[in-house]
Amino acid sequence: MMRAFVVAVYGFLYLPIVLVVVFSFNAGRHASDFTGFSVQWYGRALSNTFLMEALTNSLIVATTSAALASLCGTAAAIGLGRAGPRTRAVFDALFGAAIVVPGVVIGIATLVALVQLFGIVNPAIAVLWPGDAPPRLSLGYGSIIAAHGLFSTALVTMIVRARLGALGRDMVEASSDLYASPFTTFRSIVLPQILPAILAGFLLAFTFSFDDFIIAFFVAGSQTTLPMYVFASIRRGVTPEINAIGALVLAASIVLIVAAQLLLRRRRPTSP
Amino acid sequence: MSGAARKRLVTALLLAPAAVWLFLFLVLPFVAIVVFSLGERAPAGGYQPALTLAQYANLPARATAFWNTLLLAPAGALACLLIAYPVAYYLALKVLPQRRLLLVALIVIPFWTSLLIRTYAWMYILGGRGIPAWLEMIGLPELRLINTPGAVLLGIVYGYLPLMILPIYISLERLDRRLLEASADLGATPFSTFFGVTLRLSLPGMMTGFSLVLILLLGEYLIPTLLGGGKVFFIGNALVDLFLQSRNWPFGSAIAVALVAIAVALLLAANRITARLSGARQVDLL
Repeated sequence: MMRAFVVAVYGFLYLPIVLVVVFSFNAGRHASDFTGFSVQWYGRALSNTFLMEALTNSLIVATTSAALASLCGTAAAIGLGRAGPRTRAVFDALFGAAIVVPGVVIGIATLVALVQLFGIVNPAIAVLWPGDAPPRLSLGYGSIIAAHGLFSTALVTMIVRARLGALGRDMVEASSDLYASPFTTFRSIVLPQILPAILAGFLLAFTFSFDDFIIAFFVAGSQTTLPMYVFASIRRGVTPEINAIGALVLAASIVLIVAAQLLLRRRRPTSP
Repeated sequence: MSGAARKRLVTALLLAPAAVWLFLFLVLPFVAIVVFSLGERAPAGGYQPALTLAQYANLPARATAFWNTLLLAPAGALACLLIAYPVAYYLALKVLPQRRLLLVALIVIPFWTSLLIRTYAWMYILGGRGIPAWLEMIGLPELRLINTPGAVLLGIVYGYLPLMILPIYISLERLDRRLLEASADLGATPFSTFFGVTLRLSLPGMMTGFSLVLILLLGEYLIPTLLGGGKVFFIGNALVDLFLQSRNWPFGSAIAVALVAIAVALLLAANRITARLSGARQVDLL
């Protein structure tokens, strides 16, 4: 009986995903009438310039925020391993907050803080700028990247720390016994072993940023990310074109997550 | 430079980028909304400095949003817990180890895929051309599913179920199987072994999952918007309205601060309950 229940739950989790994919190939417009196989909605989606622009924006934001988060998160994970208990407690609390606080609050708080900050910084730049057209800071790529990077840095730190904790001390000690410098030990012993975790963190951070709607909704300024575009089209009415975009987004996320899972599950290499 | 000082410097440099990020985009923004929540709305919208608790006194104006959220979020988290437990139990204790990895991965995948698209799928299924149309085809009377509290609840359970299953699964998987054997050897029935040993030891995982899901639900916006159709308002909807439409930032900030206060209170309560019931201290987040 329990088995049947579990099978039903897996069905519940995957049925909607499967439906989106199936109906993205529907020639007709509605779920109630599957009128034949067609890829016309994919064609429409890919030739929609607004959609492609939103996709480009999302790719830029997701790649940049995930890359920055991988660097900062990895450095923080290594740093926390060397830091004292009090420093560690402060960082734990802040990273915990970055993960647990709902996106809507992060979005609002970032919006409020940045608008205030720009209100102070922009006049200052205008005064100090030697030319005629001083640059103005405003909401856009930068603010989305910063807000996404917060969650992502916390995420990468958590994943890399877990891997560092599982790292054998024996090889690190052997390396320093053999008079390797700390940097050489790091580069040739530690880094190869935590690299899969860093990559997995990058992929998950990318997925998070690529799929996030609510934070970008507040801090995107005049930019539009793909989830924002999809949300706006859904509000205008359900069209099969959204099924095609949805199927592509789901496929992309699934590939990235499976890759991340494989990286995290891979056994520790036996030789460096 | 001495070795110890050099080591401290390297540690500080490693932590610096994350520290700057946390300060600029977590601590500073939070201070900003607390300051804003004590201010007044400028005549043209936005913020005007002041030192007043008027925004907090005005919170009852959005009582419906709080009421809906504080009713449907715990109900949704509870429904998630009841559905997630058997699944986590089955994965941790009943499945062959070689199949476990794949089955757990299949739970993780929906968690990381777009909540927007997954919720949209339910709009499609519950909407006029979905289940109601199929029911009509077999001759059943017309039925309205979308834009009801029931649809929002379904969306919540669907969206957050993986996040509930994972921590429970982890606590059950770490459970020392010898305890179960010992319990059985000492003559306990499977029933009393489950309630006396398994359930108690998986309590930290249940509390982690429950409080995590509940807190994230407090700020949920997409699910009530898409499946509630503007009829089921959550705190998240009130915040979007106040910040992006009616531009009453101080009042919106007060609501956001209240939301965070509720979340912190929930976390503290969950930690105390866990500590009292199981004696365990450390709770994993993911």
